[in-house]
Amino acid sequence: MAEQTQAKKYSKPLPHLDEENRPWWEALQRHELYIQKCAECGDVRYYPRALCTNCMSSQVQWIKCSGRGKVYTFTTTYQNQAPGFRESIPYIMAYVELEEGVKMLTNLVDCQPEQAKIGMPVEVVYEDVTPAVTLAKFRPAR
Amino acid sequence: MSLTRKTAVAGVFEHPTRFAPDKSLFQIMAESVRGALDDAGLTIKDVNGLCTTGIGMSGMGIVGFCDYLNLTPNFVDSTSIGGSSFVAHTAHAAAAIHAGLCDVCVVVYGSTAASSRFAIGTGGERGGAGDPCDQYEIPFGPTTVGAYAMIAQRHMHDYGTTAEQLAEIAVTTRLHASMNPAAKYRDPITVEDVLASRIISSPLHLLDCCIISDGGGALVITSAQRARDLKKKPVYILGAGETVRHAARGQRDFLEIAAAQSGRLAFERAGVAHKDIDMAMIYDSFTITVLATLENLGFCKRGEGGAFVSGGRLRFDGEFPINTDGGGLSSNHPGMRGIFLVIEAAKQLRGECGPRQVKDCKIALVHGTGGALGTRHSGATLILSNQ
Repeated sequence: MAEQTQAKKYSKPLPHLDEENRPWWEALQRHELYIQKCAECGDVRYYPRALCTNCMSSQVQWIKCSGRGKVYTFTTTYQNQAPGFRESIPYIMAYVELEEGVKMLTNLVDCQPEQAKIGMPVEVVYEDVTPAVTLAKFRPAR
Repeated sequence: MSLTRKTAVAGVFEHPTRFAPDKSLFQIMAESVRGALDDAGLTIKDVNGLCTTGIGMSGMGIVGFCDYLNLTPNFVDSTSIGGSSFVAHTAHAAAAIHAGLCDVCVVVYGSTAASSRFAIGTGGERGGAGDPCDQYEIPFGPTTVGAYAMIAQRHMHDYGTTAEQLAEIAVTTRLHASMNPAAKYRDPITVEDVLASRIISSPLHLLDCCIISDGGGALVITSAQRARDLKKKPVYILGAGETVRHAARGQRDFLEIAAAQSGRLAFERAGVAHKDIDMAMIYDSFTITVLATLENLGFCKRGEGGAFVSGGRLRFDGEFPINTDGGGLSSNHPGMRGIFLVIEAAKQLRGECGPRQVKDCKIALVHGTGGALGTRHSGATLILSNQ
């Protein structure tokens, strides 16, 4: 039993949650993906931050994403000594361009390395890795 | 206010070590400082400016190194933007000297990456994992090589660039290393060898990646006037540029890199054109780094890098020689090799490179990349001349 618990322990690095980014991570816990749009100038941005990089306004609008996008680029990693990842190789890291117009770094899952292609339509899947953290990953669109 | 030919590189030294478990980091650095001062014909008593970075985690390692050398300089700069830092330091030192902040400035670097078994590109955690931007990346297994690999993948997709073309960069660099007695890997390789080496992060093979070594180096920068009275022929600083690139709030064109801006600034400030460049030292953390940098510096159009690097053009005796020391791909890569780019360019301009000497070398370009092209990175460009 102890061994099973040990095997299940999540060992990859976890993000640090703070008061600036908490709403974004809490939305992921609810299995919802958001990006931000400036309420004053309309510039969209990812990752979330407290003010607009275009006009420096603090007026934030949260835009709920469709969860659909396309692979902008990717790599299949065969060597990574970091705990959690060395047990997971090969894994696919990708930038996905969301329908809403921003690119986010993520993993492609349910996808063989030879299946991954730039331009491939993908859809979000939510991976609850700890009680506090859910990650947005992507799989080939069904 | 133009800096052109107001300052010069008066002394250089590349530490011959590639593996030094018997030396401390500060010892490698101090031996490098001594070597560069000897080369210039100056002593430690002449030094009143110091630039370095990459020491420890406190962010103020430069003070510790001043302690080690018992230095109290009038000018210090510890700009820390990755492997390009020392290229930027050279420009900062030139500006400081021109502004009267110091007279003789040493730029120094050292690292014991190999003997401390530091997995530079595949350790999984790039520096600064506590920064806000890192929180959206560390859960997905980013590596340095992976971030560059994604640039290669996109370049291949958009322009049909091939693994063979990237491999040619590694092959040419190894040829140059075979003529550098200090280089870590000197046995010639072929395109087939590169393609047969294992994939580290697709589409990059092991031999598309820089090596890991220990090492160190130093430069002495002073006014052009003073340099003319010193031991070696001055290597004048004509122009410089630096900048950064990042994810641009999720809206970046990833094939446009820092070199586009830093290169344009350096050419404008130096008052020279691309056709004037006789050789270049291009940071080669990975083969794709070289290809993307050459395109972004404007030596060929975007998308044409694959053809540009082919056919032996980059060889020491080719149309556009680069990385004649054997580069990070074969000679040495202790983590941040920007200083070695300046050292080799200066030696080429002084005609000291023996069998790998570029003929009639009058103007050289140096470009350092720091960080990872696929995420946050910096670029620093320098244009140097012996005239």
